[in-house]
Amino acid sequence: MTLIILTMTAALLVAGLFFFFAATVGFLRFPDLYTRMHATGKGDTLALLLMVAGLALFNLYDNFCWMGMVQSVKLLFIAVFWFIANPTATHAVLRAAFESGVTPWTKDGTVIIDKTEGEGA
Amino acid sequence: MVFMSGIVTFFVLLIFWIFMSGLFDLWHFGLGMVSCALIAYMSNDLLFKDMKVASKGRETIRLIKYMPWLLYQIYLANIYVVKLALHPKMSHLIYPHIVKFRTKLKKDVSVFTFANSITLTPGTITVLVEDDCFYVHAIDIPVAESLPGDMEKRVGHIFGED
Repeated sequence: MTLIILTMTAALLVAGLFFFFAATVGFLRFPDLYTRMHATGKGDTLALLLMVAGLALFNLYDNFCWMGMVQSVKLLFIAVFWFIANPTATHAVLRAAFESGVTPWTKDGTVIIDKTEGEGA
Repeated sequence: MVFMSGIVTFFVLLIFWIFMSGLFDLWHFGLGMVSCALIAYMSNDLLFKDMKVASKGRETIRLIKYMPWLLYQIYLANIYVVKLALHPKMSHLIYPHIVKFRTKLKKDVSVFTFANSITLTPGTITVLVEDDCFYVHAIDIPVAESLPGDMEKRVGHIFGED
């Protein structure tokens, strides 16, 4: 039992670290602000969920009582609030960039594909 | 209805309090009861704004049903980003654009949920929402063409807009 739980914890933490690592690599490699936010704004969500799940699991095993459960639920609350806050923060950064005229990096020069055209806007 | 929404707000806050404190002695639990009641009394219109409690319950159940699908999408999004970030020929694969499209959703809460869901799903980030126009940054062509996709229908279904 101990071995199973420790292995699962380690697996979750390593998987989380891998996604954080990939998000950082993406942040360094992508060409501009908008594409970089793809890496940091998303790579982090699953990574954080995995790491927090791993820590909550270990805490539940290590400290199996009512307070331990409360602590694990608190850890999971971090993930819940992160899931609400992270897209909002990503959106805020990108909106600020877009409104102050940062041009997205494109290959063919058309920045905006307008799907509303021809609808009688 | 103001009374009902106050009661529901009180119990939501109380459950949250119990998980935050974990203590059931008279002092801590009583403090929680008092502060939850005070907040529920003062801002009962904040959490359940001009809404019938019955439809709120249905929306909550639908929102909970939507969560596993969203989690699966987040998983796909992360795999996608990892694949792009670690791909040796990354700059050949990406083809970023901003896509502008119109949404059929009307309520603030559904537009908010839709915008956040777009940001969490593969290859797309909401840049700007202006009236009913969404500006979404898509990282390559297949992703850009799939917008707005069936997510709009799902979100609309949750909040009774279909």
